[in-house]
Amino acid sequence: MTVITPEIVREHGLSPDEYDRIKQLLNREPNFVELGVFSVMWSEHCSYKSTRAHLRKLPTTGPLVIQGPGENAGVVDIGDGDAVIFKMESHNHPSFIEPYQGAATGVGGIMRDVFTMGARPVAMMNALRFGAPDHAKTRHLVSGVVAGIGGYGNCMGVPTVGGEVNFHPSYNGNILVNAMCVGLARTDKIFLSAAKGSGNPVVYVGSKTGRDGIHGATMASAEFNEDSEEKRPTVQVGDPFTEKLLLEACLELMATDAIIAIQDMGAAGLTSSSAEMGDKGGSGIELNLDRVPQREENMTAYEMLLSESQERMLMVLKPGREPEAERIFAKWELDFAVIGVTTDTKRLVIKHKGAVVADMPITALSDEAPVYQRPFERKAAPKATQPAFDAARPVMASLLRLIGSPDLCSRRWVWEQYDTTVMADTVQVPGGDAAVVRVHGSNKALAISCDVTPRYCKADPFEGAKQAVAECWRNMTAVGATPLAVTDNLNFGNPQRPEIMGEIVGGIDGIGEACRALSFPVVSGNCSLYNETNGEPILPTPAIGGVGLLKDVRRMATVAFKRAGDALLLVGDTKGHLGQSIYLREIEGREEGAPPPVDLAAEKRNGDFVRGLIEQGRLDTVHDISDGGLLVAITEMAMAGSIGAELTFGDAAIALLFGEDQGRYILALPASEAARVLGEAKAAGVSMSSLGVTGGDRIAVKGAGDAPLAKLRAAHESWFPALMSGGELPPVN
Amino acid sequence: MKARVFVTLKNGVLDPQGKAIGHALNNLGFDAVGNVRQGKLIDIELTEQDEAKAHASLKAMCEKLLANTVIEKYEIELRP
Amino acid sequence: MKSAVIVFPASNCDRDAQTALAEITGTPPHMVWHAETEVPDVDLIVIPGGFSYGDYLRCGAMAAQSHIMRDVMKKAEAGVAVLGICNGFQILTESHLLPGALLRNADLKFVSRPVELVVDESQSAFTRKYSKGERVRFPVAHGEGNYFADEETLNRLEGEDRVVFRYAPGDNPNGSARNIAGILNEKRNVLGMMPHPERACDPLLGSTTGRPLFQSLIDTLS
Repeated sequence: MTVITPEIVREHGLSPDEYDRIKQLLNREPNFVELGVFSVMWSEHCSYKSTRAHLRKLPTTGPLVIQGPGENAGVVDIGDGDAVIFKMESHNHPSFIEPYQGAATGVGGIMRDVFTMGARPVAMMNALRFGAPDHAKTRHLVSGVVAGIGGYGNCMGVPTVGGEVNFHPSYNGNILVNAMCVGLARTDKIFLSAAKGSGNPVVYVGSKTGRDGIHGATMASAEFNEDSEEKRPTVQVGDPFTEKLLLEACLELMATDAIIAIQDMGAAGLTSSSAEMGDKGGSGIELNLDRVPQREENMTAYEMLLSESQERMLMVLKPGREPEAERIFAKWELDFAVIGVTTDTKRLVIKHKGAVVADMPITALSDEAPVYQRPFERKAAPKATQPAFDAARPVMASLLRLIGSPDLCSRRWVWEQYDTTVMADTVQVPGGDAAVVRVHGSNKALAISCDVTPRYCKADPFEGAKQAVAECWRNMTAVGATPLAVTDNLNFGNPQRPEIMGEIVGGIDGIGEACRALSFPVVSGNCSLYNETNGEPILPTPAIGGVGLLKDVRRMATVAFKRAGDALLLVGDTKGHLGQSIYLREIEGREEGAPPPVDLAAEKRNGDFVRGLIEQGRLDTVHDISDGGLLVAITEMAMAGSIGAELTFGDAAIALLFGEDQGRYILALPASEAARVLGEAKAAGVSMSSLGVTGGDRIAVKGAGDAPLAKLRAAHESWFPALMSGGELPPVN
Repeated sequence: MKARVFVTLKNGVLDPQGKAIGHALNNLGFDAVGNVRQGKLIDIELTEQDEAKAHASLKAMCEKLLANTVIEKYEIELRP
Repeated sequence: MKSAVIVFPASNCDRDAQTALAEITGTPPHMVWHAETEVPDVDLIVIPGGFSYGDYLRCGAMAAQSHIMRDVMKKAEAGVAVLGICNGFQILTESHLLPGALLRNADLKFVSRPVELVVDESQSAFTRKYSKGERVRFPVAHGEGNYFADEETLNRLEGEDRVVFRYAPGDNPNGSARNIAGILNEKRNVLGMMPHPERACDPLLGSTTGRPLFQSLIDTLS
């Protein structure tokens, strides 16, 4: 038996205080296996020890919420007995180490979270952040991550329908790969992880266990010194083929009533899945590791418990139903093994080679995990003064530069590597405001979007987080969907630094405020902390993944102009806020000022009005205004529909054309209808004005000249392929 | 008995992966790199002890599954 | 028209084919698991898209060796119509029901987008509702769809009017020889194609130009 030294405790990421607490809870020294189990269960990833106290403040309930945070994914009622199940999760560090496999296993993990609950995954999204485009590693990382996401999702036959890709030097050493999965289930067929009852068989299914991704901290420990090359934990490798079989086998078994509880083996594998199932069920679990299907020889108990081998599930079945379940898994050529039993002891007991190698109270691993009130500093919000800029700069030249800039150019190079149309229900593919996926066999559809503007969050974490939620809500609304709920993926730096903890607290408070005001509860989520290299943290990046519902997908809006001669209307107040705008960064070369403030009441008023028009079948062309401002939004609509626009609203001021004021939309509709809509907006207290008309083959702004669509499109489409081909990036102008 | 099977594209079949590898090697400064072709290596453990029989059986495996003889050729290496 | 869809481990367009067939023919197809030995008595067998056996070894190689394919080959020989889409096309070439092979896309990337196709042969059981030269728009979604055959085979395919669909000039997504997107066997009852007609049957999804393919089959086979 390895002697536990302070060094070993430290290598397991546990503080001396935490170690004392473990001894107290056990009434003795833990052995090496138990120490490993505590180290993963008390890790930030599993225990949320830095954020839990703050996450409690988020709104997590609502009339349609069936399951909020705490299970594998959130569940929301969408009527007719259908439920949508979704979650977003990060796989940041593994993707930086090995971009293809890191991203692929991230996709696989989040899909398991969703189908564990009984849902068939129907759509994937992702939020990706990379370092500066000219950083030496960026191209390699982009190419590997995109191929990995596609490689896994395409094989699974689940469409990847959109996401975000951004570049910023703060991610040079810490890229972000956040994947979101959305699935559909029947409300009466939702599976949870509570291992209720005692004497029920605990069953292992899926792939065999190998020494994949075992906690890095153990690498240097005494036990592994002898033949360390052979035992070195390897990068987790995804096997989407096995996962596809696992999905079909699980759904086939779920159609019966044999399952009591089911849980995916994700991070910390067998350990966290069994502890969480026992904890939620108020039961104990006894496992015999000799029965675990193993891929490698001579695995220790420690290795089996901490292995992160992919494509595995743990289930508790009703007694006597094992043969029926085994038949299904045999049909799908997957491993199936009864490896333990539930007990009434509330203890996690692990046996290996005839001996008890670990015996711990389950509550010590879960409820008793530390919760920290870490000190935090919230910096004062920056003053909302207009930054200086050159008011005489030619508008059209700036538009051309912006539309071909790293954050605004077309992501076609990325999403053409994702199967966007498999399952034959994708109604809106990437490139619009939200993706739209029909509920199979019905006229209902889900709208899905991932949003956050990290530069806003850096300048003001509270307003920035509010903005992320508001933009997501706006994107649902812009296609005509009623926003239902969100999942959040909170990516931050080191929480032990008060200024970072301040960003976390501000961000969570901002999310909470916006979600409450917009009735957009948080039903699932994930935190990824310690994203920093050499003391340089990433921009705070609380990614928000939202899901909305279209009751009738035939009444839906898209961004593309559809008719020449349509009137263009602007919804929302335009004050010309240039602080933290893309214009200021790309054209003036400065990242400064306050982010645009979000008026949540106006956001709701404007959005409800726009959605109403779509639902009434009176409006089919809408785009929200976000990064780049009004003129960029118009240009995107024109490029999508291959119809130009002429703006005649009388003021070609740079701040009005490129400012990033929130709560705004552009609508295009026939002139006769536009007059009526303007009147209705006035009556509803919604700010609305006329911008001009659609038509022609260029973007023209009265008083500021014009630019041909063909030239704008060429700039828009060329940047990404040029980056990835390794050629010279197109000159910015 | 252990066998090693090499499966490679037939001459004349375009190999975009080999081309990309060659290109990358040139970019890394390996100027002497000419044509590059990529293939697969498959290790197989056999219970068969007779070398001739093993070879015949491996040949059948290649023809039937391991190689697509429309585009690929194969070589078999046997080691005791 | 009676139809069947073969399901291999990790087929993933089986449901899409099922939905399109049920809706257009009015009769749900039989879904046939790969381990079965016999396809029911039907007019059309569809081998759907997906990643059968994870695309491991070579796309379609292991599915081509499955039990059910022996019966598919027998039925194809007897004249039953067989339609292989995407991975289904790969399985048909791997089982030598169709000549040639599908190589890795020329630019090495998976490609998913709608492509424009030209109907090059409108006399077949699969295409008589189209006219020769008609343009249709189907999505493609594959990493290995680069059609390859030796010159002699290519000349023969063209000489016998067995190239049914070609990528429109300038819209070849994968480097296929002579822009070939779909071909017939000698007896003209087996069609393999990389683009997905079953994803182009619903106006909500952006194109309905896949419907005439299934309607042609109904006309011919019912």
